[in-house]
Amino acid sequence: MSTAETLLEVEDLVTRYPVPRGFVGAVRREPKLQVHAVEGVTFNVAPGEMLALVGESGCGKTTTAQSVVRMVENDSGSIRFRGQELSGLGPSDMRPLRKDIQMIYQDPYESLDPRFSVRDTIEEPLLIHGVKMSGDDRETKVREAMERAGLTPSDLYIERYPHELSGGQRQRVAIAASLVLDPKLLVADEPVSMLDVSVRAGILRLLDSLRADGMGILMITHDLSTAAHFADRICVMYLGRIVEEGPAKEVVRNPQHPYTKALISVVPKRDPRQQTEPQILQGETPNPVHVPAGCRFHPRCPIAEERCKQIDPELHRAEGSQTDDHRAACIMV
Amino acid sequence: MSAVPQPILRVEDLHIWFDLAGGGELHAVQGVTFELKPGERMGLVGESGCGKTTTILGIMGLLPPSASIAGRIELEGEEILAKGEESIAPHRWNDIAMVFQGAMNAFNPVQRIGDQIAEPMELHGTATGKTAKAQVRELLELVGIAGSRADRYPHEFSGGMRQRAAIALALACQPKVLLADEPTTALDVMVQAQILELLLRLTRDLGLSLILVTHDLPVVAQLCDRAAVMYAGEIVEMGDTQTLYHDPRHPYTRMLFAATPDLLGDDDVLSIPGAPPRLDHEIVGCPFQPRCDSAFEPCPTVHPRTIELGAGREAMCHLNDPTATEAVS
Amino acid sequence: MSLDQPLQSAEGLELGTTPEDAAGLGAGRRPSFIRQAVITQPQAIVGLAILGFFVLVALVGPALLSQDPKTKVGPVFGHPSAEWPLGLDGGGANMIPLLIAGARVSLEVGFLAALVAMFIGGSVGLASGFFGGRIDTVLMRFTDYILVIPDIPLMVMAAALFGRSLRNIIIIIGIIYWTSTARLIRAQVLSVRERVYVKRSRSLGAGNNRLIFKHILPQVAPLLIANMVLMVALAIFAETFIAFLGLGDPSAISWGKLIENAFTDHAVLNDAWWAILWPGVCVTLVILACTMVGQSMEDALNPRLRVGHLSVNRFRVRVLPRKPPKP
Repeated sequence: MSTAETLLEVEDLVTRYPVPRGFVGAVRREPKLQVHAVEGVTFNVAPGEMLALVGESGCGKTTTAQSVVRMVENDSGSIRFRGQELSGLGPSDMRPLRKDIQMIYQDPYESLDPRFSVRDTIEEPLLIHGVKMSGDDRETKVREAMERAGLTPSDLYIERYPHELSGGQRQRVAIAASLVLDPKLLVADEPVSMLDVSVRAGILRLLDSLRADGMGILMITHDLSTAAHFADRICVMYLGRIVEEGPAKEVVRNPQHPYTKALISVVPKRDPRQQTEPQILQGETPNPVHVPAGCRFHPRCPIAEERCKQIDPELHRAEGSQTDDHRAACIMV
Repeated sequence: MSAVPQPILRVEDLHIWFDLAGGGELHAVQGVTFELKPGERMGLVGESGCGKTTTILGIMGLLPPSASIAGRIELEGEEILAKGEESIAPHRWNDIAMVFQGAMNAFNPVQRIGDQIAEPMELHGTATGKTAKAQVRELLELVGIAGSRADRYPHEFSGGMRQRAAIALALACQPKVLLADEPTTALDVMVQAQILELLLRLTRDLGLSLILVTHDLPVVAQLCDRAAVMYAGEIVEMGDTQTLYHDPRHPYTRMLFAATPDLLGDDDVLSIPGAPPRLDHEIVGCPFQPRCDSAFEPCPTVHPRTIELGAGREAMCHLNDPTATEAVS
Repeated sequence: MSLDQPLQSAEGLELGTTPEDAAGLGAGRRPSFIRQAVITQPQAIVGLAILGFFVLVALVGPALLSQDPKTKVGPVFGHPSAEWPLGLDGGGANMIPLLIAGARVSLEVGFLAALVAMFIGGSVGLASGFFGGRIDTVLMRFTDYILVIPDIPLMVMAAALFGRSLRNIIIIIGIIYWTSTARLIRAQVLSVRERVYVKRSRSLGAGNNRLIFKHILPQVAPLLIANMVLMVALAIFAETFIAFLGLGDPSAISWGKLIENAFTDHAVLNDAWWAILWPGVCVTLVILACTMVGQSMEDALNPRLRVGHLSVNRFRVRVLPRKPPKP
């Protein structure tokens, strides 16, 4: 689905990390192992759309995000931003594009330099990119970004240092710093998981309003409930692959893939009366170094059959799907 | 008329203060009162800084020298707080045990898991040598880890398994009450489900009573029968989890639920403006009033009473107080 | 305005405030570890006082001397008396002006040598930690080689080969002692490099210069300063030792030289303890002061070093007056 409109097109992304062998391992000529973090992921983000990559630890969602913003080199596959191929781009070619793709990090307590005031932090991107403007213009841009991020009145916050701010405020500073260059795509890695519940909605609504203004947002989260509420579309990841994707509400209310079904059944619900019978899978997500043959989920799958050990399923519209774009990678559905 | 079971743990008017570096004190827990019945699973819910962790640390007597404590703590009817460390120590781990926040990362990396679980048994004199070893294996099986893994080191266990081991450690001396501080916060959703199921099984099979401290409301909704919501060091509402959700009597409870996205629901997710009050100054009026959407006349000046609403329910809010609402109308 | 009033912003209330908001504080205070170190630790204040005294003496003292400190004013090894409170040395010169002059030399060498060590060690550590890879390996290997060389023989050799001037001594001390700084700074840089805000800056497109000088160096600077203070102590001791061995600058009066002079003038035979003691006391006091200040700086940097909860003292139990039952 590649239209001229699409902001981000990721196709067959593969990113692996080598596992360090150590001296002893090298001497003993142990095979060089790799962490198969991302093993062929395809998705698009359009302007004004929020896509959530959802999954448990080890599923590859964070590595996917890091590959998209080029913090990590992918091994193969294509990452196209507004039609331009990012994969393989050198640092100097990548630099001007960094204005348009910004990342928000999980830890509000770590993502700000403790010695930089709010102004310094938000101003820095302007200085890095050598945007030709006077000090006054920069100040205006900084204050605009602060307003956009909800840090008003800006006078109250602009001289502050991180240790004088709450978690929610710090996250807003980080968001303001990424807004100051007018990005087109925002990658948010667990933006609220370290914040108090009462503060989360504020940040998420801020992201939602940015989306409404035309920004594309790629959100990484382990929290299905957040994804269901704020994202337009969800991709459920497992061991480096997308196992199910589709409109957010549809995926959550009508899951097709057995993994998604199990996940949704175990997420605790707010209403004590509405607790579903949890379908608890045995064991834990296997190490992405040794990926099972055939369908990667088959060792834990409640409905796996013999043929699942041989066939590696592709994403396709499931029988129970309500829409064409709701797809699952399972040969049983 | 069937006999009402005696509460296994009773906390009455618990206060905890911390001395502050520059002088003054932080009143972290302000008059907490609740009961825990045998076999009951109670949730202690609140956001950061509300005093929930401090409360259970106080019950365990694990407070630093800068802390002072007041109130009554009764374990099976016996007062244990009166002489501080002296009176609490004999009960620690033998009767009340705790799974700490981040316990899964608090294992000694150079000691075998089995030895670490056996340690409290030896320290508290409940078992030694071969008996201890056998009990350790039983405990591991109980929490869902193969007994043979007792000889392994912590780094050989996954996160979820270490959390199970931490629970086994807490159960080492067969306590009657288990206090769990955010036991599933750092875990994946599937592993969280496994641990919650484990806790459920333990309370049912062993008759263990559980206090689950967490900020995660849905977890409490799933696992606990009752819950107490804490704010600024006080319990603002308490009751069984169903009624708490369907008929909250304190605005904070209601707003907290509203701020929690529900997987299948369509409701808007709200945020609560403002921040909790400072606890180093005396608070005038209701501590939640500045952020409350239903505050009315008495709220800024009069601290609300805890109103009993029957069937174990209570709420600390003027809206439930007929004398306060009458005075206004 | 009471302290728990939340901020009511123009747009809405979804901010989450800190207590400072409500108090109307607008200005920010940069986190300062030096202030923290000094305020929380009495040893820092004592150390600073002693150090300050000697620095003052070193800066101002020599200007107040009316004549060459080595001038003979009385008998050889004159006893301490009202006229010469600290006695006279083997040449009949007053100990007090000698000590003052010695302060200037000893402290000057100490500070400058520490500066050299800090500069070399800091640069090596910074480069090693930041760039990693081959640069790190090469630099650390180089550091190891220097570390292995025994310092005293090296000093002796260098003094013999390059001459015994103050400048050479400063350089020698600096060259010998930079290695521990390098390792310390490298470790710190390695950890700061992984902080999210550094990665953020990098992903924004910041170049190495900006990352090093704006983000990493400011984080590393406090450690560097704390380390340098401790290095001063080391350097002063080294200078004293070099001078005592007779390898110091013959024309400069340092405390070490004073001690050396005392020995060559047979102070021990003459029971002239004052010729040896006072210079020794001065060196000891300055080293002690530096250590006290440096230690408290390091403590302030690393709060984890403070052991609190392992004490035997427990929490206190209060008895509250029985409150009247609520109506």
